[in-house]
Amino acid sequence: MSDIAGFPTKVDISLTVNGERVEARVDVARHLVDFLRLDLGLSGSHAGCEHGVCGACTLQVNGEVVRGCLTLAAQLDGAEVWTVEGLTDTGSLADLQAAFVSRNALQCGFCTPGMLFAAADVLASGKVPSRAEIREHISGNYCRCTGYEAVVDAIETVARSRAGGGEASA
Amino acid sequence: MTINFGNPDRPNSYIGRTVPRPNARRLVEGRGRYVDDIVLPRMLHVAFVRSPHGHARILAIDTGAASAVPGVRRVFTGADIAEFCSPWVAVLAHLKGLKSAPQHPLAMERATWTGEAVVAVVADTRAAAEDGAALVEVEYETLPVVTDIRTALDETTPLIHSELGDNLAFRRLHEHGEVDAVFAGAHTVVEASFKTARHTGVCVEPRSILADYNPAEGQMTVYHSTQAPHMMQSVIAQHLDMPEGRVRVICGDVGGSYGIKVHVYPDEMATVAISRAMGRPVKFIADRIESFATDIHARDHEIDARIAVDGDGRILGIDVDDWTGIGPYSVYPRTSAIEGNQVVNLCGGPYDFAAYRARTTVVLQNKAPTCQYRAVGHPIAVAITEGLVDFAAEALGLDPVEMRRRNLIRDDAYPCTSPANMRFEGLSHHASLTKLLELMDYDGLRAEQAALREKGIHRGIGIASFIELTNPSPFMYGIGGARISAQDGCTVRMDPDGSVVAMSGVTEQGQGTEAMLSQIVAEAVGVPVTRVKVVTGDTQTTPYGGGTWASRGAGIGGEAALQAGLALKDSILTVAGSMLQCAPDGLDIVDGQVCDKAGGEARMPLEELGRIVYFRGDTLPKDLPRELVQTRHFITSDYPFAFTNGVQASYLEVDTETGFVKLLKHWCVEDCGRVINPQLVDEQIRGGIVQGLGGALFEECHYDEDGQLLNANMADYLVPMAAEMPDMVIGHVETPTQESLLGAKGAGEAGTAGAPAAVMNAVNDALRPLGGRVTQMPFTPARILASIGVE
Repeated sequence: MSDIAGFPTKVDISLTVNGERVEARVDVARHLVDFLRLDLGLSGSHAGCEHGVCGACTLQVNGEVVRGCLTLAAQLDGAEVWTVEGLTDTGSLADLQAAFVSRNALQCGFCTPGMLFAAADVLASGKVPSRAEIREHISGNYCRCTGYEAVVDAIETVARSRAGGGEASA
Repeated sequence: MTINFGNPDRPNSYIGRTVPRPNARRLVEGRGRYVDDIVLPRMLHVAFVRSPHGHARILAIDTGAASAVPGVRRVFTGADIAEFCSPWVAVLAHLKGLKSAPQHPLAMERATWTGEAVVAVVADTRAAAEDGAALVEVEYETLPVVTDIRTALDETTPLIHSELGDNLAFRRLHEHGEVDAVFAGAHTVVEASFKTARHTGVCVEPRSILADYNPAEGQMTVYHSTQAPHMMQSVIAQHLDMPEGRVRVICGDVGGSYGIKVHVYPDEMATVAISRAMGRPVKFIADRIESFATDIHARDHEIDARIAVDGDGRILGIDVDDWTGIGPYSVYPRTSAIEGNQVVNLCGGPYDFAAYRARTTVVLQNKAPTCQYRAVGHPIAVAITEGLVDFAAEALGLDPVEMRRRNLIRDDAYPCTSPANMRFEGLSHHASLTKLLELMDYDGLRAEQAALREKGIHRGIGIASFIELTNPSPFMYGIGGARISAQDGCTVRMDPDGSVVAMSGVTEQGQGTEAMLSQIVAEAVGVPVTRVKVVTGDTQTTPYGGGTWASRGAGIGGEAALQAGLALKDSILTVAGSMLQCAPDGLDIVDGQVCDKAGGEARMPLEELGRIVYFRGDTLPKDLPRELVQTRHFITSDYPFAFTNGVQASYLEVDTETGFVKLLKHWCVEDCGRVINPQLVDEQIRGGIVQGLGGALFEECHYDEDGQLLNANMADYLVPMAAEMPDMVIGHVETPTQESLLGAKGAGEAGTAGAPAAVMNAVNDALRPLGGRVTQMPFTPARILASIGVE
């Protein structure tokens, strides 16, 4: 472990990623998306801007939706990280994923994993959000292909179906 | 062979139905394979040192410190790369007079825009390459920059490339009819000046390339996020001096393109050259600032225009003077003159009028190069035309819809040729307008608008008719000498289990190309769509083709797939006739079963036919043709382009205190001929509209007078986000092209073509009672407030 001016340049972390225990020694400059993609081979999270704006790297850390590019791997000792690969395996995104496919709420698909996390987050309360609320909530996620309407439709469909077909709030 | 498209109950009726995309599930599960997901043994990464100056002479480069960084394997200057890659000059013979200077992968003596790649640092990791790049010392002598379009040709303006003699890249003047006389004698002449802002595509996946030269095979394999694999194969082979057959371009998942990824980029050519030099795989993934500074920009136009009308509002003449700045080089190989040329070709496109003059002046600047971005030239031409039409209607006191009714080319007037010499096979402007007015309840909205104005709420309704150029023939690029295929091909194969594989030269970037092809092939052969596997994006395994751009995938690639599928069906039925001892033309294939054409009785599943052909060919007559692979190509030849048409409407509210525009709703009715998959077409239109709305309201690359790009990040360069975007109602009129059995024209650019003009007309409709008028995009709050005198 080489140091610069007394600060370590690598740190050891122990965390769970998609429910699996991971031990790693990471460069302190390594952000979470690079850690997932380059060190763990989890290529479902995408790096679109690496300055926290586009949302393509959105994922879940300790139950919170975060930007993977603004999170350093070194911060994650003891953390619980979920990516699109993990939530696909558990099935917890299955209805959203099916709705995205059937409504064609994705085209190139590059923003989609991040968009699914934003979508899951707006639905987490169990209430049926209005279209305006959905639009506001996913406004941290760029999509350059769809024009967003299909994404809003897909999320709204899942919200209603989870609520047993209830109507959206005003 | 004919298909009764009018009967939705016909067998295997996949064409015209919404069928889910076969690749979508993979993408929602994070199982896409974009270039950056590919990792090869011994792979290196490259980072570029880029010019911090708009224009500068390179005096010295010191790479010593960079080379010493752990993990850095080699550093290349422009001269180093030039040994492996020859320069290019992006001109086309049919764009007479177009000139540009030789361009190298890395700048040689001079850097000519902020962001131009100067030095390449190659390392084990991208991080090490960036560490090295930070330590490269380049000594520059800054040179005068050219940023302003209108003064670029002035005697006192410095030259960007002195050997060219001036800063003029291209100029074209087109005149039709007695323009001066028509304007001199007209009842009313309305003039306006327009600006469309320089903006860019902002693909969420940045430009990405992974070049893997294998010296043992003499083979270059390039994994590339591109729209035109065969074009890239040809360009790489030519400039690396390799046989085309030794260059393979593979295009997997592409994370957005919109025209951005159909060009040759110097840093990507450098990456390929480095792989050739080092005999190892080399990856380059642009970061976001590189994307803003070096992806092609577009739409940097300033226009003076006028329209002449008679007392009844009939358009007599249109006169357009278009100026555009394209950066320091014309972009290879499609050139940067096409956009201005399109403005000349497309202005006035929907209308029946006699006198037309249009001139485009294409000048060089020290800014990022511009080139073809979605709906090339259309948003500009439509904004000019529809702006003028609305201003003329206003001058005469006519409703904008009535103004269009009096001037749109009649639906029964086709075929016809426009004053710009564009040939139209069949369009439906009036039918489309009628449908639009129904969908939006035009009269109801006008009543609502008037009622709200009483309360001080300023809403506007904007209409924009347009034409869209699709299905280009070799008249677009090939006749100018570019090795860009207008033809496309498809190979369709039946395997022993009765499943079908279709390999196509058109490519998938998310539009749904593979879904569209699978539907066509399923219908043509007669199998369930789930039994068709589509392969695209590999120059070594697919038929030669152009790729996906200029809205050609469905119209050209789709027809090739249809013809190949029908040919395979014939081949299958020839074998089936022999096996079943009956005439092949008495048989059909429905849902994967050979059956009697009359009565529909199932005779044999395709699996059985496949088993016999592939494993028991001894039981078939020796001379029986049994080729269960068929290839067909298609190229348009009756018309240079298949024009489509449509009309959009925007309904919005302007906050006259803040200048903010709230988009309330948007409508588009368009006619792309035969609709193959209604959902996919509608989503192309919606996505296209939103890109057009971005140009109208948000997107602008801001350069200062030194040629510095001031907003090269996502926080400062605004694009449409979900919260600001409206719901969009899409409708269709279908006028299939007679050039193909499929009858499909393109739909990928219609949304982008018309949306900015619709918004401009709606904003001006809202501002009219206040005396405001805006014609400079994007229509920012500041520009809107300035137009109504609010400081």
